[in-house]
Amino acid sequence: MKKWNEYLWIFSALYLTLGFFNILFAWIGMICFITPLLLSIIGKGKLYCNSYCGRGQLFELLGDRLKLSSNRNIPAFLRSKWFRYGFLVFFMTMFGLMIFSTYLVFNGSNNLKEVVTLLWTIQLPWNWTNTSSVSPWIAQFAFGFYSVMLTSTILGLLTMIFFKPRSWCVYCPMGTMTQGISMLKYKKEINKIR
Amino acid sequence: MKKAMVNQTECVACGVCKKVCPRQAITIFHGIYAEVNEDLCVGCRKCEKACPASVIQVVQKEVKA
Ligand code: SF4
Ligand code: SF4
Ligand code: SF4
Repeated sequence: MKKWNEYLWIFSALYLTLGFFNILFAWIGMICFITPLLLSIIGKGKLYCNSYCGRGQLFELLGDRLKLSSNRNIPAFLRSKWFRYGFLVFFMTMFGLMIFSTYLVFNGSNNLKEVVTLLWTIQLPWNWTNTSSVSPWIAQFAFGFYSVMLTSTILGLLTMIFFKPRSWCVYCPMGTMTQGISMLKYKKEINKIR
Repeated sequence: MKKAMVNQTECVACGVCKKVCPRQAITIFHGIYAEVNEDLCVGCRKCEKACPASVIQVVQKEVKA
């Protein structure tokens, strides 16, 4: 029997689809941001990655079962510490800028911009949802956060195709952060062994 | 005997190896790296093939006396 958590890929796929119809669903994605961090902070290591991440499962499904992956080894630089931590810093910087533009809408300096930005450069107009029911900053954050989620999915799909199915997990900022937190937390135990 | 060996300084602790191992020989040490229980490992290479970071190698090991 399959366990419930083996179906979390459905949640990830549904999440991306819902964002197409109503951008405000993007907020649900905060779960995938906060849960892994909380779990590693309370000492559960990478439990989220190891058992509950729907995105990882989705890449496995597409790459392994649907055979969309070429299964090649990932190039050494992509798995180097430099790249992994560098990508984390870049990602968090872009995340910070996104929060800042949300703030500018919140305090009234900027107007709501209804675009989803792919790969931090390509702007797609996304103005078919009516967001007037919420404050503009709530909508602005949704656009920004959905951009982050869609961009990382696209990068993940590309490396899923070119390398092994879950190559994204090698440089996924959430994975790097949760491993980093675990390392800080269990420094003593590692030193004992090494 | 052939056994799986993990390069633990480069392991990203994603848990893919643990998931594919038919012998439940792998655990993820506190979310930091994968550990192989050599008593359980049968050297089937499933983990080696699946590891997205390519940090597992199945190697010949001396049999313990
Ligand atoms: S590394 Fe990222 S995508 Fe992979 S399982 Fe962890 S959170 Fe999910
Ligand atoms: S699959 Fe590879 S990178 Fe992931 S936990 Fe296992 S050994 Fe580490
Ligand atoms: S070689 Fe096979 S039995 Fe040994 S750890 Fe890897 S998957 Fe498990």
